[in-house]
Amino acid sequence: MKFDTPAGQNPIDQLKHVGKPIDRIDGKYKTTGTAPYAYERHDVVANPAYGYVVGAAVAKGRISRIDLAAAKAAPGVLTIVTAESAGPLGKGNFNTAKLLGGPEIDHYHQAVALVVAETFEQARAAAALIVIDYARTAGRFDLEKELKDAPLYSEKGKPPVTKIGDFDAAFGSAPVKLDATYTTPDHSHAMMEPHATTAKWDGDKVTLYTSNQMIAWSKGDVAKTLGIPKDNVRLVSPYVGGGFGGKLFIRADVILAALGAKAAGRPVKVTLTRPMMINNTTHRPATIQRIRIGASADGKITAIAHESGSGDLPGGGPETAVSQTRLLYAGANRLTSMRLAVLDLPEGNAMRAPGEAPGLMALEIAMDEMAEKLGMDPIAFRVANDTQVDPEKPERRFSQRQLVQCLEQGAERFGWKQRSAKPAQRRDGQWLVGMGVAAGFRNSMAMKSAARVALDKKGIVTVSTDMTDIGTGTYTIIAQTAAEMMGVDVAKVVVQLGDSDHPVSAGSGGQWGANNATAGVYAACVKLREAIAQKLGFNSADVTFADGKVRSGNRSVALTEAAGDAGLVAEDAIEYGTLSKTYQQSTFAGHFVEAAVHSLTGEVRIRRMLAVCAAGRILNPKSARSQVIGAMTMGAGAALMEELAVDTRFGFFVNHDLAGYEVPVHADIPHQDVIFLDEVDPTSSPMKAKGVGELGLCGVGAAIANAIYNASGVRVRDYPVTLDKHIAHLPPVA
Amino acid sequence: MDIKSETEVSRRGVLVGGAMTAGLAAIPAAAAPVAAQQERPMTMPVTLTVNGKKQTLEVDTRTTLLDTLREHLHLTGTKKGCDHGQCGACTVIVDGKRINSCLSLAVMHQGDKITTIEGLGTPDHLHPMQAAFVKHDGYQCGYCTPGQICSAVAVLAEIKAGTPSHVTASLTDAPRATNAEMRERMSGNICRCGAYSNILDAMSEVAGTNA
Repeated sequence: MKFDTPAGQNPIDQLKHVGKPIDRIDGKYKTTGTAPYAYERHDVVANPAYGYVVGAAVAKGRISRIDLAAAKAAPGVLTIVTAESAGPLGKGNFNTAKLLGGPEIDHYHQAVALVVAETFEQARAAAALIVIDYARTAGRFDLEKELKDAPLYSEKGKPPVTKIGDFDAAFGSAPVKLDATYTTPDHSHAMMEPHATTAKWDGDKVTLYTSNQMIAWSKGDVAKTLGIPKDNVRLVSPYVGGGFGGKLFIRADVILAALGAKAAGRPVKVTLTRPMMINNTTHRPATIQRIRIGASADGKITAIAHESGSGDLPGGGPETAVSQTRLLYAGANRLTSMRLAVLDLPEGNAMRAPGEAPGLMALEIAMDEMAEKLGMDPIAFRVANDTQVDPEKPERRFSQRQLVQCLEQGAERFGWKQRSAKPAQRRDGQWLVGMGVAAGFRNSMAMKSAARVALDKKGIVTVSTDMTDIGTGTYTIIAQTAAEMMGVDVAKVVVQLGDSDHPVSAGSGGQWGANNATAGVYAACVKLREAIAQKLGFNSADVTFADGKVRSGNRSVALTEAAGDAGLVAEDAIEYGTLSKTYQQSTFAGHFVEAAVHSLTGEVRIRRMLAVCAAGRILNPKSARSQVIGAMTMGAGAALMEELAVDTRFGFFVNHDLAGYEVPVHADIPHQDVIFLDEVDPTSSPMKAKGVGELGLCGVGAAIANAIYNASGVRVRDYPVTLDKHIAHLPPVA
Repeated sequence: MDIKSETEVSRRGVLVGGAMTAGLAAIPAAAAPVAAQQERPMTMPVTLTVNGKKQTLEVDTRTTLLDTLREHLHLTGTKKGCDHGQCGACTVIVDGKRINSCLSLAVMHQGDKITTIEGLGTPDHLHPMQAAFVKHDGYQCGYCTPGQICSAVAVLAEIKAGTPSHVTASLTDAPRATNAEMRERMSGNICRCGAYSNILDAMSEVAGTNA
């Protein structure tokens, strides 16, 4: 189905199932521990051997000697895979660094060997007996230092600097201006399920039970890496224990499980250990961002520039932290650019809301600082600089843009009036209390997505697609979509996800999953409805599907009967025209935070959080709300604690486990409120939905930082806002 | 200043050295014969009662309770999130008390009664805490969920039994199932999806208090 004109009235608008806050259909499996994850496939793979990964002990250099003798002789060892034994391997389209290193080493903890043994304990013990000598070479590990000579980055075919008007002149003559630099550190996805794969070969075909967000991309990358045809690769990933971008692409576990199983001649399962995950896999790159804003005395932005620098391995890409600044606020004179330094740290890559997450952490502090310079309320300043069109291309309107409503309704609901414009004024016992606000912004992306829908003689509708549910609620919203389209109860819908044998979906990433995957199911259901109508001799233009029956005029046939013994199947994809170019399709939020800073210790506590979101039709308010509060929690981590510490001498992330890399826990997070504004976006898809999974993260870190400033009067521009950065400057204790 | 920086370098040196010990030569020659002599892993019999069912196993003495459950008994509801006591995904209830099953060897549990997530309820007969998690959407990806639920059940029992926590104001009065008490006691169970606010709602419902 080609979607190239805005959606009119369609069966989804009935909202009998779509838009209802129903419980997740997979909930009873997840809460009873019966949902199978990648390392737990006793149901389909009997007696697998265990693989244990050995990571490189240097960041850059070469293996000069590798001695496997003791490990090979150790009890239970079946085989050992190294780059030498594996032979030439390709590199996936989505990988920057090779997944199996040696003899050249590209980054610390790059996999260099897999020991396969009868038991986990034997594999682990034998792995410790492998002896590797490295010739270590110098590497580049210090972002600030490497950025000094780093070139500007340009996407192919595009200029490296985006310029509208004359920024320098407008900024130079602006009566009120800000020029500030902000830093965000490297972040780790730290999903709860470590990367894991169970591999099983049948002749020259391999089946990989794995934990992956993007099945079709990854199937292609497995084939490319192993040098085998795509048709010989099957990926199965029905449950994914968190991804956040860290499982968009295949990692070492996938390739090593496949190679290990081949070498051992039996199924092998491999998981990365927690301490290996952070340096072996990818992370969100650190940024250094300079923001300049010039405004007239009445608070209209006349000049805005955002320049960001980040680093990655050779051949990698930048953290696109300036993207939102091209679209979020008005202003006639604009400039953005990015610099990309080469670093020999582990691979930088996408983590939840890449670009916007760190970009808004900086931009939305800058907006707060600018409002203060102007003597304006930070909400009023943002409202004064709202735009309903793409500021770089004014002929291009936003399809929907309710940022002002998000901010104003949020202010009302949160009690923003209680905020003191002057910081460090409100005390509660020994605590200084403040409020902060920030805008949230993230684009909605259109991606082709396919599904197959079958109807059987029992009236069961089965949806199959390679789409994944990474905790986002995909199973449930797909069931709701199919129920709405086919006129059956959600209980009559079976949803099968995460299998590369199913039609190719949009996958889970970039908050594009919900809208596109359900739109693909919509397309397949339209085709199935036509097949049913045709079989019954109904005019497909005037049929209705409701209560398990299909009706046309005064004729009515039960779906069970329509299906017949053979059943009916239809497959289709949603494909997009140019609406996403004609309109700028984005999602918006207003984030509100109340924070307390202890006047003696500098400890920060978040007291209240509210997000008001405008993100198209909300397909399931319960699971969508969870996406938003989860993202707000991740934003709290980014604001207050998350930071990969770089050892700039040896080139690795020092705090590579969950004790060293702190993420929020129960005690850090208060009750969180989320409001979804009424919105349908007919330009987005037949579902009229967009995404919320990343929107909830975008801006919330700055709202927290702004609340801390409002509480303490100390502005911290280097995340995370830990107490050591403000304690010396806190107001004097009486 | 000098002393401090020397200490720093030497501490870091040890750390990096630790990661690189595999790179030091001369170990293999000594290690190989030892490994070869040890043809079989050291095993021991152990009898556990898991979810009411007596299980006798011969386990490698290095095998954790977590891996015994997951790899030997195929009770994979108990999750491995870190394998070293930092995340709580492997929480099970042993003789009425919650523990991180990854920090405990199977052979240390001779005769113990172990309750895993599978022992609390089944998809068709959910435990009240499991049902409350579903109702309040107290999970997303589902991987930390069994540990959260086992912890939640045990936390309410701890509060009922009068066990104080770090945030309990009085050691003489019985603690109550307040938000602060529950959040403090649940903080060993990490949920990276960030379902904390909903988990508290689920626990509050089961505890009979308002969130």
